Amino acid sequence: MNNSVTNTARLLGAGLRALLVLTLVTGVLYPLVVTGIAQGLFHDQANGSEIKADGKVVGSSLIGQAYNLPLKEGQETPAPDLKWFQGRPANGLGTNSVNPQYELILSGATNRSGDNAELIRWVKDAKAAVVKDNSTGTYRVRPSQVPADAVTSSGSGLDPDISPQYADLQVHRVAEKNGLSAGEVRKLVDEHTEGRSLGFMGEPRVNVLELNVALKELAAKS
Amino acid sequence: MGPVLAGVLQLLALIAALALAYKPLGTYMAKVYTSDKHWRVEKWIYKGIGADPDTQMRWPAYLRGVLAFSAVGVLFLYLLQRLQGHLPGSLGFAAIDPDQAFNTAASFVSNTNWQSYYGEQAMGHVVQTAGLAVQNFVSAAVGIAVAVALVRGFARSRTGELGNFWSDLVRGVVRILVPLAVVGALVLVACGVIQNFSGIHEVGQFMGGTQQWNGGAVASQEVIKELGTNGGGYFNANSAHPFENPTPFTNLFEIFLILLIPFSITRTFGIMVGSVKQGYAILATMATIWVGFVSLMMWTEFAHHGPAFELANGAMEGKEVRFGIGGSSIFAVSTTLTSTGAVDSFHSSLTGLGGGITMLGMMLGEIAPGGVGSGLYGMLVMAIIAVFIAGLMVGRTPEYLGKKIGSREIKLAACYILITPALVLVFTAFAMALPTPANSMTNSGAHGFSEILYAYTSGANNNGSAFAGLNADTQWFNTTIGLAMLLGRFLPMVFVLALAGSLAEQQPVPATAGTLRTDKPLYTGLLAGTIIIVTGLTYFPALALGPLAEGLA
Repeated sequence: MNNSVTNTARLLGAGLRALLVLTLVTGVLYPLVVTGIAQGLFHDQANGSEIKADGKVVGSSLIGQAYNLPLKEGQETPAPDLKWFQGRPANGLGTNSVNPQYELILSGATNRSGDNAELIRWVKDAKAAVVKDNSTGTYRVRPSQVPADAVTSSGSGLDPDISPQYADLQVHRVAEKNGLSAGEVRKLVDEHTEGRSLGFMGEPRVNVLELNVALKELAAKS
Repeated sequence: MGPVLAGVLQLLALIAALALAYKPLGTYMAKVYTSDKHWRVEKWIYKGIGADPDTQMRWPAYLRGVLAFSAVGVLFLYLLQRLQGHLPGSLGFAAIDPDQAFNTAASFVSNTNWQSYYGEQAMGHVVQTAGLAVQNFVSAAVGIAVAVALVRGFARSRTGELGNFWSDLVRGVVRILVPLAVVGALVLVACGVIQNFSGIHEVGQFMGGTQQWNGGAVASQEVIKELGTNGGGYFNANSAHPFENPTPFTNLFEIFLILLIPFSITRTFGIMVGSVKQGYAILATMATIWVGFVSLMMWTEFAHHGPAFELANGAMEGKEVRFGIGGSSIFAVSTTLTSTGAVDSFHSSLTGLGGGITMLGMMLGEIAPGGVGSGLYGMLVMAIIAVFIAGLMVGRTPEYLGKKIGSREIKLAACYILITPALVLVFTAFAMALPTPANSMTNSGAHGFSEILYAYTSGANNNGSAFAGLNADTQWFNTTIGLAMLLGRFLPMVFVLALAGSLAEQQPVPATAGTLRTDKPLYTGLLAGTIIIVTGLTYFPALALGPLAEGLA
């Protein structure tokens, strides 16, 4: 009996020492070496691929943002600022519930199933809003033109991209609100449309933040 | 080019990359686990552990090593989270509650990485990097070690010796996982995955004002999360978060990392048992199931049945634009047919049948190709069941790789395949029957049931993905899923190692004209059929209540 207790203690001691040594290798040395090399070779990427406009950091090219008007009194959700290209809905995005000294963005999805009543309503409402917001005096959006990414929330809630179809749909509205011609804005969208990597990886996409930064420059010039 | 064709081409590119890596990595891993030489750094580590790496262990000793190391791991990770409020480098984050800390410790040590916490608001640098990421390495190395011990059971005769656990553990980390992880992490950083220690900091926004971002050692954790088939994300959105998975290329690269070791280890197996063809037969079974599941998933996701998806004109809910339907489908299948559980799209918002495919993938026991190590030993247990069934049909004592499959071996194999379904179905039944657990559901009806079935399937099979509408941060779910993960990981290992010991003691039986050739396509077909039938019979009633009811509605 006594013997087996000693043996067990010895075994657990070996386990603990193994864990501590391997923690040193994989939990201290490994991340430090990788961080060192990453900061040296890929400084921008390792720190979040920040984008600057007029010398000021305006976000990351990888992280989607909201382009909303300031919240008015009595409003629960802010209205979109239609001057700028809009990204995808982000109904799964949250704020932190613990460690309240911070104001963190919690990435996440809605996790609603295809037959969920709330999701059906969100999609319906989003579609109606996209049709209404993007129809101008001279340009009418048909509901069948609205692509799926415009009315669904992404997995992260931080999707930086929209489909080229959704960007095209917004061209007339954005041109009108910024006093630009539709041709100019369409050219801008085309310049910022990225095809599939190597022709087959992923899907064609438009980075909304980069597009809006370029739009701001263009609008300032004209 | 249409999105369907692009999806198929991505699948083909992935297959090509895996095929290129198969021989070199499989051969290298065989060398790692058969070499007599110790590297200098390994000798230092053995000195630190106080273990002699050349002592041969019989199966009880090997098992005691696995259990002692894992028990210490659970306790250490639990304490690290409980003490987080006092640890420097923790961003001032508070300690994790006891039930959640137990759940998370069980989760990462059992290679599951089920997460009932939100990474970005709960876990500071120290817990993430020196706690969770460390278990990503060592739990993977433990899995490979147990698989290698079973392979030695087939390869060796008239001895009960299965190798040395400490040596297998250390070599797996030092010679396989760390070198691959360093290279992979740098590839990810080059593409935009962050790697810094800048904590939580303010960043400007386009519309003015600032937002708070988490910095962190994300790339170094991301790479081992995939490579070790762990799956626990730095951020809540896991591999859908752009800082974890920024481009279509990194998406394919991460899928490649998930599948790399589980597929290549079949060659390691073949070399160690003296016939690479036996490895090919196992590989063919795994690959057939994997390709079949990916094809089904692409079909159902592109077809986007379900009221909300039909209204939206595509199943993009919970998916990122840059990956699209194709890339997301390949990821979803690969993560649930291995024990990974990382997600680049949210499985709760897959189509009804798509959600069923992810669940069925886990229910097969995660053997096509399965988790690192655990996939191979799970598949070898199924291989034993398959030769047993074939033996029953022709009335011969079954043999596999020159070893007789007697009543002891069959009992151990049967226990192995019964453990996980028992855990999944019993816990699900209790959760559905009790009054409060159902309050955690986000969706109602068949999908609500699926949320709970998915949770226990994921836990007991050590997957870690979720129908994340379920609020799993309750004492009931933290505790029961925690238990399911530990029992679902370590009880099967007991049976595997006992089986290995029993096989290693046998004398080899010479192959005769009547021996079933287990390196031929006929056997691959038999094995695949056995897997589907055994799982199907076990889980069909539960699947009919959840995903089938939703998908066929």
